[in-house]
Amino acid sequence: MCDKKKVFALGPREKALISVVGFTLIVAVVMLIGSRIPDSAIMTDFANINQAPSSSHIFGTDWMGRDMLLRTLKGLSLSIWVGIICSLSSTCVAVIMGIIGPVFGKKVDAVICFLVDLVLSIPHTIVVILVSIACGGGFRGLVVGVAITHWTSLTRVIRAEILQLKEAEYIKTAEMFGKTRAQICVQHMLPHIVPQLIVGTILVFPHAIIHEASITFLGFGLPSHEPAIGIILSESMKYLTSGQWWLATFPGLTLVLISLAVSSVGRNLEKIIDPAAAYKI
Amino acid sequence: MKNNIGKFLGRRAVRLLLLLVATMCITFFLMEISPIDPVTAYVGTSTKVSAEQRALIAEKWGLNQPPLLRFWSWFSNMIRGDWGESIIYRRPVMEIIGQKFLASAALMCAAWLLSGLLGFVLGIIAGVREDKLADKLIRGYCHVLISAPTFWIGIVFLIIFSVKLGWLPVALSVTIGVVEESVSLGDRLIHMVLPVMTLCLVSVSNICMHTREKTTAIMNSDYVLFARARGESTGSIIKNHLLRNISLPAITLQFLSFSELFGGAVFVEQIFSYPGLGSATVQAGLRGDVQLLMGITIISMIFVFAGNTIADCLYYLIDPRIREGGAKDV
Repeated sequence: MCDKKKVFALGPREKALISVVGFTLIVAVVMLIGSRIPDSAIMTDFANINQAPSSSHIFGTDWMGRDMLLRTLKGLSLSIWVGIICSLSSTCVAVIMGIIGPVFGKKVDAVICFLVDLVLSIPHTIVVILVSIACGGGFRGLVVGVAITHWTSLTRVIRAEILQLKEAEYIKTAEMFGKTRAQICVQHMLPHIVPQLIVGTILVFPHAIIHEASITFLGFGLPSHEPAIGIILSESMKYLTSGQWWLATFPGLTLVLISLAVSSVGRNLEKIIDPAAAYKI
Repeated sequence: MKNNIGKFLGRRAVRLLLLLVATMCITFFLMEISPIDPVTAYVGTSTKVSAEQRALIAEKWGLNQPPLLRFWSWFSNMIRGDWGESIIYRRPVMEIIGQKFLASAALMCAAWLLSGLLGFVLGIIAGVREDKLADKLIRGYCHVLISAPTFWIGIVFLIIFSVKLGWLPVALSVTIGVVEESVSLGDRLIHMVLPVMTLCLVSVSNICMHTREKTTAIMNSDYVLFARARGESTGSIIKNHLLRNISLPAITLQFLSFSELFGGAVFVEQIFSYPGLGSATVQAGLRGDVQLLMGITIISMIFVFAGNTIADCLYYLIDPRIREGGAKDV
């Protein structure tokens, strides 16, 4: 690494690592800045209503004179929080479902496969709407709804992995040593699926924040006084025809960028930590 | 052979029944634990209706009975074809769903066909030009679209094509102020352009990525190498070797995407105020129209199931392994 040329000739693993670190930092910074913005910063300011983007208000201002950049950042940090909670909870469901299916026999497995089919057979949007109505709307309904619809793909991955593991020599040996099923699950199977779990959780995240924004946009998610991206966008709908394009364009664009950044982190992390994918690069 | 088809269809029918019953149970349960009060949803929050009158309505609807009994009467009514009456439209649910479904079907059908074609062609281009500029552009486009919410794409199109350029109408399926009889076909079509375009563009990425993957696998195979050695041009390789191998799986995949299509339609219809099943779903949800919401849920499930069944049948026809070894349990 001494001579200069080599510093720039990075291998695929280094490139992956750099993009993982870089994008994670960006997302973390957005989240931190967003959560640090006090409510007083986005107070109404009727001297400056409906300003087009300029150097003092990069994203413009809305009909109450609030700075759209600050509102967007605040909304993003809220969205990221909701996304993290949603993806973690759907991973928890996926782990439990994916492991108990193959381990606890054919009947349990059949029930879980049926549940996966059931969730996949109703459009996700409708399921999330139904669940969030059932929970009375708000944050809780949203998290439960997104978690209920997003566990299926990861469950399938884990289930397939566990089905293979069950036939492995070392699991059979552990069974002969008289270890219980629970012990085998926790000590021998869980460590094996950790890479898929981490990658799976991160890759669910973009879907989770998009669903969160979408459902909030329709009016079933977060209450309208929260500074969420979905709320900002649904408010902007009223002002579209009067030409205030910046109200919708920038907040949506930042949401797309965040979810692109996170899915790139997921894909690159997979290259680094998943032994099966690591050899392909 | 014939016996096998019978078995296969029989299995699908049993599956449909199981899924239907499960969906109905779960929807009823979810609506049961929700804080929606059917009487309030019906009469509104006005104070003109006294508590006694509310109690009478509740009595008439049988709301005082235990949940299991109510479930049973709802369930048996649904089976007999009586899906109840929608609170917001004050008409039978079946009638509304039938009417709205037609409008949605036109939208979804157009978007489905276009996105399938576009995705397929883009996928082939990307696959044939693997790692060239075209491939990178198409892949980038797909990644961005996967990460973008449908409703935002719709809003951006609205801003560009309706507000800034003024080429296309902002919303609704007909021009405002025109009597229904005098609405021309052209008017309807021009109002459908933006919704169809949005729905089509967001559904492209799935089929495009799939086709690209298959195409690269085939273009790197030994038989394509041999074909090149024989002097076949890329065009004739695509025609003779590629299309035969990838078109049926792509069609199958497109049938499997009914669920995303319906989900996308909900947002697109909401953005463009298109009077279809999707915007009816949102209205029913927001205004506590439980009967209509449950009806739509079941219809959407049947819709998705139909897509999956067609896909399975196609698999069955294409893949002799499934035909010989009994139906694949997907």
